[in-house]
Amino acid sequence: MMGFYIVLAHSNMIKKLIGLGIFQTSVYFLYIVPGKIVGGTAPIISSDYQVYSNPLPHVLILTAIVVGVATLALGLALVVRINEAYGTTEEDDFSGRDEWH
Amino acid sequence: MDEAILSLVIPLVGALAILCLSPWPNLREGATLLSACALVAVVGMILRDTLNGQVHDVMLLHFAPGLSLAFKVEPFGVMFSLLASGLWVINSIYSIGYVRCNALPRQTSFYLWFAVSLSATMGIAFAGNLFTLFLFYEMLTLSTYPLVVQGKTNSDKAAGRVYLGVLLGTSISLFLVAILWTWTIAGTLDFQLEGILRNKIGPGMMGMLLALFTFGIAKAALMPVHRWLPAAMVAPAPVSALLHAVAVVKAGVFSIVKILVYIFGIDLLAQTNSDNWLIYAAAFSVIASAVIALRQDDLKRRLAYSTVSQLGYIILAVALAHPIAVIGAMFQILGHALGKIILFFAAGSIYTVSGFTKISQLDGIGRRMPWTMAAFTVGAMCVIGLPGTIGFWGKWYLLQGAALSTQQLFVIGVLLTSTLVSAAYLIPIVYVAFFKSELSPASSYGEAPWPMVVAITVTAAVAVLLFFVAAWPYQLLSLLKL
Amino acid sequence: MALITPHFPLLCVVIPLFGALVCAVIRNNRTAWLLAVCSALCSFLCAVFLFIHTKDYVASYAIGGWQPPLGIEYRIDNFNAYILVLISGVGSLSLLYTHDTIIEVSLHNRPWFFVMVLLCLTGLMGMTATGDAFNLFVFMEIASLSSYVLIASGKKREALVAAYQYLIAGTIGATFYIIGIGFLYISTGTLNIADLTSRLASIKTTAPVLTGVGFLIVGLSIKAAIFPLHAWLPNAYRFAPVPASAFFSGTATKVALYILLRFIFGVLGVQFFLGAFGLYEVTITLSLGAILFGSIIALFQKNLRRMLAYSSIAQMGYITLGAALANENGLTGALIHIIGHGLTKAGLFFVAGNLLARLGSDNITDLAGAGRRMPWTVGSFIIFSFSMLGLPGTVGFLGKWYIALAAIERGSLWLAIIVILTSLMTLLYMGRFIETAYFPSNDEKTKSLAGSAPWNMGLSLAVLTGLCLWLGIDTAILTDKARAAALFLLGTSLQ
Repeated sequence: MMGFYIVLAHSNMIKKLIGLGIFQTSVYFLYIVPGKIVGGTAPIISSDYQVYSNPLPHVLILTAIVVGVATLALGLALVVRINEAYGTTEEDDFSGRDEWH
Repeated sequence: MDEAILSLVIPLVGALAILCLSPWPNLREGATLLSACALVAVVGMILRDTLNGQVHDVMLLHFAPGLSLAFKVEPFGVMFSLLASGLWVINSIYSIGYVRCNALPRQTSFYLWFAVSLSATMGIAFAGNLFTLFLFYEMLTLSTYPLVVQGKTNSDKAAGRVYLGVLLGTSISLFLVAILWTWTIAGTLDFQLEGILRNKIGPGMMGMLLALFTFGIAKAALMPVHRWLPAAMVAPAPVSALLHAVAVVKAGVFSIVKILVYIFGIDLLAQTNSDNWLIYAAAFSVIASAVIALRQDDLKRRLAYSTVSQLGYIILAVALAHPIAVIGAMFQILGHALGKIILFFAAGSIYTVSGFTKISQLDGIGRRMPWTMAAFTVGAMCVIGLPGTIGFWGKWYLLQGAALSTQQLFVIGVLLTSTLVSAAYLIPIVYVAFFKSELSPASSYGEAPWPMVVAITVTAAVAVLLFFVAAWPYQLLSLLKL
Repeated sequence: MALITPHFPLLCVVIPLFGALVCAVIRNNRTAWLLAVCSALCSFLCAVFLFIHTKDYVASYAIGGWQPPLGIEYRIDNFNAYILVLISGVGSLSLLYTHDTIIEVSLHNRPWFFVMVLLCLTGLMGMTATGDAFNLFVFMEIASLSSYVLIASGKKREALVAAYQYLIAGTIGATFYIIGIGFLYISTGTLNIADLTSRLASIKTTAPVLTGVGFLIVGLSIKAAIFPLHAWLPNAYRFAPVPASAFFSGTATKVALYILLRFIFGVLGVQFFLGAFGLYEVTITLSLGAILFGSIIALFQKNLRRMLAYSSIAQMGYITLGAALANENGLTGALIHIIGHGLTKAGLFFVAGNLLARLGSDNITDLAGAGRRMPWTVGSFIIFSFSMLGLPGTVGFLGKWYIALAAIERGSLWLAIIVILTSLMTLLYMGRFIETAYFPSNDEKTKSLAGSAPWNMGLSLAVLTGLCLWLGIDTAILTDKARAAALFLLGTSLQ
C-alpha cells in the first residue's frame, strides 16, 4: 500500500515508477507467503519428505516479476523520452503547456 | 411489391434520379414531375382498393419484440397521402418557375430533399404502428432540414438550429417517451380502431400521456412548441408551401389525429374526458396565434401564424372526441392545405416579380397580378372557411361536433371569434391589393411567370371544385366505422 | 480441417503472436502490412468459426495437454466467442486502415507499429479466450504494454505523457487485479475460472473473498475506464495514432468490461452482486454519472478525437447501466451495445483519421466545410451519429432499446426515460460537428483541400458503416447471440 501512496503522492515521474515497483513487490509477497505450508519443504520430490510447499505461487510470481520488469523498463524509457521532449520529469510542469487537460 | 411500399419507394427512386440527372436541369425537373405523377397514380390505386374494401397490411422488418416496421392502409391515411402527392405535383410545377426565376443556388439538393420528404410523408400516412410513425416522422424532420437552411447565411443557420432543435428535441424527449410509456402499458404499438389503451390506464395518467404526445409532435405546432414554424420562414416560398401545406405540419396534425383515433380510441376519450384540457389548449393556440398574425407586417410570417391558428382547429376538433368532429378535422386538413398553399404560392410569386415581402407594400398589386391575387382571394376564403371553398366544410363539421359536445358554448364562441380574426388578417390584404392605388406606380412588374400562375390557378380551381363535390372525401372518410 | 479445428481456441490467440514475431524482422513496410493484416484476418476467421460453433457447446482447450483445473484451459463459450469476433474484426480493420499517410508513425519504424498492434491483439484475444485467471493477467499485461508503446508513438509529444499516465494507471489496475486474484487463490486454491465458480459458492461472503473481489472490481474498472476511474482515457485516445485509437476504442475497454462481467456474473453470481455492499445502487449511480459527465464534457471539446473519447466514457456508462440492471434484457442490451459501440466508435475514429489525413487537422473548427470536400466520409459520420443517437435501423438503437426495456422491467420507468433523454446530449455534440462540416461560416482552411481517402482507409470505413447499418436491420444475428450469452451469465448465477 505504501507503494500505491507513493504513486499518488509524488509528482516526479521517476519517483512514481519507484512507487509502482514497491507496490508490485508487495503483491509478490502476497502470493509467495501463503504458499509456504507449515512444516513443508522445498517442492522437489524426494523420498524423505511428505509435505511440500506449494510450487505454483513461485511460478506465478516469476511471471509477475518479468512483467513488472518489463513495465518498469517501458516506464523508464518513456520518462527518458519525456525528458528529451519537455526538459523535465515533474508532472506539475506539464499542465499549462501544449494542449493539456 | 405492395402499393403502400411502392408509394414509399417511388419518391426515393425519384430522388436518386434527380441526383443522377443533376447536370441536365430539364431532365432533372422532368424526373421530379414524373415521380410525382407516378406517386399520385399509385396512391390512386390504393384509394381504389380502399373504396373496394381491400386492405393493405404489410410488415417489412422486425427489429425487436414489439418493434416492427409495418404499414397499414386506412381511410385517413389514404386521404392524407392523396393530398400530399397531389400537392407535390402542383408544388413541383410551381417550384420550377420559382427556382429558375430566382436563380436559387443548389437546385439539385432542393429537388432531391423534396422527394425524400415526400417519401417520409408517405411513410407517416401509411404507418401501421407507432414505431413506424416515429421513424418516418424523424426522417421527415431530417430531410426537410436541408431545405430550410438552403440559404446558408448565418440567419438561415440559426433558423435551422431552432427548427431542428425544437422538432428533434420534442420528439425525443416527449414523443419517444410517450411511445415507450404506451408500449409499457399496452404491450403493443399497433394502430387499432378501438385504441389500445382501454382499461390499461387511468384518466389522469391518460391526460398526461396525451400531453406528451401532443406536445411531443411539435410538427402540429400547438403552442408553445410552435416556435420552429415562424423560424422556418427563412426558406424559399416553395419550401414554405411544402412545410405548411403539403407535408410537415400536416404530418404533425395527421399523426395526432391518428394517435387519438387509433391508440386512445375516440370512445375512450369521450368517456373519460381526459382530453378536455386539450380543447382549452387548442383553443388558446387558435386565438393567440391569430392575434399575433394580425400584428405581423411580413406576409410570410403572418401566414405562418395563421397556420398555427388553423392547425389549432384540427387539434380542437379531434379533442372533441366525436366522430363528426374527427371527420371535420380531416376536412380541415384538406381545406387548410389547399388554402394555405395558394397563399404561399402567391407570396412567392409576389416576391419573385417585385421583391416585396411586406403587406404594407402590396397596395394595388391586384391590378398588376390579377390571376395571382384572384387565386389569393380564393385561398383566403378557403382559410377563413367561407362557403364556396372546401375550407368551409371543415369548419362546418367542426361546428356540428362542437354542438354535440359538453363545452358547446365555449367552443362555438372560439370558432366564431377566430373566424372573425382570420378574416381580419386576410381580407385587408385582398382589399389593399385590389382597391388601393399603388405606392410607386413607376414599377414595371407584371404577372408571375407562367408555371407559377398555372400552379396557383389550378389549386384555386380545385379548392372551389371540392366545395361542390365534398361528398367524395366524405364517403372515403366515413368508411371508418368510428 | 478437422485436424485443426479443435485448436481454434488457441490459434486465434497465437496467430497474431507469431505474426508479430515475424513482423519484427521484416524491414519492408508493405510486406509487414500485408502480413499483419493477414494474421489478424486469420484470427478473425477462427473467431467467427468459434462464434458459430459455440451456440450449444463450450469449446474447451487444454494447453499442452495438461487438464484443468491444474493446467491452463482456454474456454470459449457464447460470451467470449462474441467478444473474440469483435476484437479480431476491429483489429483487422484497424490494421487494414493503416496507410502510409498515417504520418504520425514514421515510416522507418512502421514494422514495429504493426508488431505492437499484433501483440496488443494477441493480448486482448488471450484475455478473452482464457479460462485461467493468472493467464488472464499475463495477457492483460501483454496487451497493456503494447498499448503503452502504441500510444507513445503518436506524433505530438503529449503522446508520451499520455502513454506514461496510462502506464501508471494501467499498472495499478493490473496490480489490483492480481491482488484480487491472489486473495481468491488463497481462499480456494485454484486459478481456473470455471473451478473458482464452484469453489467459491460456499465461501462467498468471507472476508478474504470480499476483499479480493473488491480489488478485482476496482482494478478492472480502471482498465475499463469506468467513471470515475476514467482519467487516462481522453488523453490516450486523443494522442495515439488514429488506427491505434480506433483499435482501442473498439476493443480495449470492452475486454476489461467483459472480464468484469465474467467475474461478477459468471463466477460470483448475480445474487451476490445485488446483495453485497450495495453494488447495485452504486453501479447505477456511477453509470448515470458516466453518461452525464461524458456527454457534457464532450460537448465542450474543440478537438474531434477528444470529443469521441469522452463520448466513449458516456457510452460505457450505458453498458454498465444495462449490466447493473442484472436481468435478461439488461445484459442482452449491454452485450449488444458492447459490439454496437465498439463498431461505431472505431468507425468514428476512422472518420477522424480520414479527415486528418486529407484535411490536415482534427480540430472541429479547422474542419469546417468538410462535408463538401469529403462527402462519403462525413456521410459515414452521419450514419454513425444515428447509431450513437440510437435511431432505429442502426446497431446503436438495439442496445439502448433493450436497456430501456430492462429498466422498465425493474420497475424504473424513470431510468428508461433518462436513457432516452441523454440521447439528446449525444445529438448536441454530434450535431455540432455535422453543422460545422456542412454549413460552415468560414471554411477557408479546407477550401483548397480535397480528395478522397486512400483505398484501404475508405474500405475499412465502409465496412464498419455497412455493419453498423446491417446489424441494426437484421437484428437477429446480434440479438440471439447476446441473449444466449446473457442467459448463460444469469444461468450460472442461479446456483
